[in-house]
Amino acid sequence: MSTTTLPPTEKTQPVSAPKGKISDRSRAERKLGWLLAGPAFLVMLSVTAYPILQAVYDSLFSYRLTDPANRSFTGLTNYWVILTDQLWWTAIGVTVFITVVTVAVELVLGFGLALVMTKALSSIRPVIRAAILIPYAVITVVSAFAWQFAFDINTGFVNSWFAWLPGVGADTDWFGDTWTSLLVICLAEIWKTTPFISLLLLAGLAQVPEVLQEAAKVDGASWWQRMWKVTIPNMKAAIMVAVLFRTLDAFRVFDTIFVMTAGANNTESVSFLAYRQTIARLEIGLGSAVSVLLFLAVVLIAVVFIKGFKVDLAGTRGDS
Amino acid sequence: MSRRERTWWLVGGVVIVFYCLFPIAWIASLSFKAPADIANGSFLPTTFSGENYATILTGSASDLFLPALRNSFGICLIATAISCLLAMFAAYAIARLDFPGKKLILSTALAVAIFPVISIVTPLFNVWRQIGLYDTWPGLIIPYLSLTLPISIWTMSAFFREIPWEMEQAAQVDGATTWQAFRKVIVPLAAPGVFTTAIIAFFIAWNDFVYGISLTSTSASRPVPAALGLFSGASQFEDPTGAIAAAALIVTVPVVLLVLLFQRRIVAGLTNGAVKG
Repeated sequence: MSTTTLPPTEKTQPVSAPKGKISDRSRAERKLGWLLAGPAFLVMLSVTAYPILQAVYDSLFSYRLTDPANRSFTGLTNYWVILTDQLWWTAIGVTVFITVVTVAVELVLGFGLALVMTKALSSIRPVIRAAILIPYAVITVVSAFAWQFAFDINTGFVNSWFAWLPGVGADTDWFGDTWTSLLVICLAEIWKTTPFISLLLLAGLAQVPEVLQEAAKVDGASWWQRMWKVTIPNMKAAIMVAVLFRTLDAFRVFDTIFVMTAGANNTESVSFLAYRQTIARLEIGLGSAVSVLLFLAVVLIAVVFIKGFKVDLAGTRGDS
Repeated sequence: MSRRERTWWLVGGVVIVFYCLFPIAWIASLSFKAPADIANGSFLPTTFSGENYATILTGSASDLFLPALRNSFGICLIATAISCLLAMFAAYAIARLDFPGKKLILSTALAVAIFPVISIVTPLFNVWRQIGLYDTWPGLIIPYLSLTLPISIWTMSAFFREIPWEMEQAAQVDGATTWQAFRKVIVPLAAPGVFTTAIIAFFIAWNDFVYGISLTSTSASRPVPAALGLFSGASQFEDPTGAIAAAALIVTVPVVLLVLLFQRRIVAGLTNGAVKG
């Protein structure tokens, strides 16, 4: 992210302006600017930069909270231990799977939702908009419980409702197997976060110039052609921002997994692995190393998006 | 639009509303099932029972749920207040003043917003234990700022850019200082943006699970999502499903009402900050 944090170049002063006065005023303005924005900036740095540096430091030690006397410097051993362990690669696989599936489905679904919202009669639009915000406002843990209880072999209704589907019966244990567990985890995640994507896409849709649509229509373009050749290319920025944000968010998946499976049946995500090493097993050194690796993965994704797909976050997020 | 087309979009709208409400309706229905009814395999309870609400509000689970509710409200409100105050000054500077480092502040906010929470938890868990912040309110309020502050800065600067700043200049021409112009003219204009930002920031703090579950150990500071996640019934023979459903509904309803009341502003707040509108 270092590439996005470069300070902007100085604006050149108008030549005709009287020199002394302007620089006095602009100096005062700069001072006031940092005076006002400084505290927020410092707080942001101290709640993230400090912990991650501490994590980097901790990750170089063999350190268990239950055995603090034997804390010793081991260099990169923790990283070696993690990167050669099947657990880590399973967690990466699960995390990538959940991220790719949820973001892909949410993008399509969210686009559909956004289209319906633009096309729906103005009388029902507020109803849809209110409804769409509900999943966003529901706590992730609550959404996870709702979906878990629905699929649960004892408390659920899914087995009796969908008994007609091949492979589903009264005794189908959705949480007894990796793939079915992941399916329910993805469903809950998709339900909860599609509204966010659809709202971003809705804002993007509003930016597509109506004139272009009309022109394409006059030229005889079909609905599909207009969608692919006019609408989508014109809202590319909004789509990329939505995908980037959701990808990074999905990559941190934790709450739903904790509630539904607690990592059983190889459904552990990277965040969950870090949590289990640190909080449950009190392996500060190993847990810190997992945290640092997760952080690096997130940075890598962000860099790939911003450099590779040219997502201009400052531009799209409106820095004047 | 033709009549047929219009009908299809209407059907689409109905499907969306159904999709959004269904899991909530399910949790509500579940919360009214009596213990014997929980495993009836159907969506609705056979008879409506208030037993689960009695369990969490006055019964065996109330000493788990009620302190968690108090913690969540207190911690989230304080974290929201602090980050809104800090973000207000920062967003004013970003929207209004010309100073180098504007972009640096916005990019930092962005970087913090995408920061994996678990990477902050691991070191904090250790440090908080050493300095006595583990399982306390401040021990959660401080890391919550990493969730609420970036979104507050982004959302509020987006709102503040829409403010007609000529009015501030007019006030300054009339002899007001920068600070007076800010307080007397801009604050009233900015209040709706600040309010919306506060709601969004509160949502995010209210939704937290990772910090809540990692940095607390007792009901002294454990917030609702963590308490729900760890709730396993008063005894091992008691199925906690109904109680969890009731507690889940209680923490969901106020937030949903808030959303319904301020939906227009929240949508503006969520999208203004993200895509230039």
